[in-house]
Amino acid sequence: MNSSPLDYYSDALPGIDTRDLQGKLIAIEGLDSVGRSTQVQLLRGWLEARGYAVASTGMARSALTKDGIRRAKSGHTLGPLTMALFYMADFADRLENLVIPALRAGFVVLTDRYLFSVVARAAARHQNTEWLERVAGFALVPHATFYLRAPVKEVLARVVRSQQQFDYWESGMDVPYGQNLHESFVRYQARLAEILDGMVDHYGFTVVDATSPPDEIFSKLKTKIEKLLDD
Amino acid sequence: MQFRPNRFPGKLIIVEGIDGSGKSTQLALLRQWLISRGLAVSFSEWNSSPMVRESTKRGKKKQVFTPTTFSLIHATDFADRLERHIVPMLGAGAVVCADRYAFTAFARDVARGVKPAWVRNLYRMAVKPDIAFYFRVPLEVALDRILGGRAAFKFYEAGMDLRLSTDIKESFALFQGRILAEYESMAEEMGFDIIDATGTIQEQQKVVREIVTNKLGDSLERDILRLPASEAMQSQ
Repeated sequence: MNSSPLDYYSDALPGIDTRDLQGKLIAIEGLDSVGRSTQVQLLRGWLEARGYAVASTGMARSALTKDGIRRAKSGHTLGPLTMALFYMADFADRLENLVIPALRAGFVVLTDRYLFSVVARAAARHQNTEWLERVAGFALVPHATFYLRAPVKEVLARVVRSQQQFDYWESGMDVPYGQNLHESFVRYQARLAEILDGMVDHYGFTVVDATSPPDEIFSKLKTKIEKLLDD
Repeated sequence: MQFRPNRFPGKLIIVEGIDGSGKSTQLALLRQWLISRGLAVSFSEWNSSPMVRESTKRGKKKQVFTPTTFSLIHATDFADRLERHIVPMLGAGAVVCADRYAFTAFARDVARGVKPAWVRNLYRMAVKPDIAFYFRVPLEVALDRILGGRAAFKFYEAGMDLRLSTDIKESFALFQGRILAEYESMAEEMGFDIIDATGTIQEQQKVVREIVTNKLGDSLERDILRLPASEAMQSQ
């Protein structure tokens, strides 16, 4: 975790001054269905009760690209390169139009996934990650990134329980990783886990065991975030 | 500049230049000539992916683009055309003719304030063109051509987001001037084949065809997919 002022990974965003950003940027990463959004909700309520203004965001939620990405994913012609850049445009739009203004106003910003998921998904689709990480060089370095880590078996059980089916893209069927949705899901999620694991040191993730019950994960996160906010 | 090398049997010919340079007219004539020679030709135009159109329209209509998102949305559009059209057509052995290419982003996005190194990295995904024509024209000549026939400009097209002027025509002229300066400064680095776009349409086309013949002559006959015999007959 770092409590220093926010910085870019490499290239500053043109026309945006980040020296006056007051808030804290906290990213939650992890596989599909690992319980990220539950934690974001819990954290939001807790932070607001403590008097912090909170803004939250997540992948493919930008007004600019939301409908476009949804439509692209409803067909079968979205290629891996286009997907990576579409998500990067979504990421940039939310960063510039939501995250940075909220930080400027002193909010705690909770982001359900960050650039790491965009890069990991592209890497799992055999795209050049060194290239994409340079494209994402305008991203702000979060004050903390919590990586909710669970084995694929656990994620599989959650998907079966809650969704009763496998999403085409969450199964990497566009690559594909297997002969059928289940096989492809397991292999694709395992590949994503491997890629995220490989980012832990490089990007300074704080790893949180996501196999525990949600309230235990929540209390671990609270302890760590409390420290961050007190700095 | 590190584009991916073109290792496909097809050839990639692209045209660049500011608005009013006449590049689209020249590319249309070049395509007709290639088709009349019985070659398979495919065309790709800047900012034309149906998948990305909705997002581009939204950003323009609501005027929510920043230099970075403007650049990324256009790169997404480019990527979609690259993956689904340009690369497969090159693979099939067609001559792909592109009206604007990565250089348009290098000129326009940098004129908007994006860093040159960042946008050059962004387009490392692109296939290196076999020929990149740059239609060089003085700003006043291009402006005369455009302003003569055009009643209205669009917000981003005129670079109104840069707040160079509150008058849209003046903003357009100033923005085009900046783009022109970017093209000129990269012309050598990018190895453009420069066409004097002040000449007559016929003069320019003669030069364009000579350059294509000199650069690709043998491989046009050897590597390029031929149109089905029935169609080739009709177009001659």
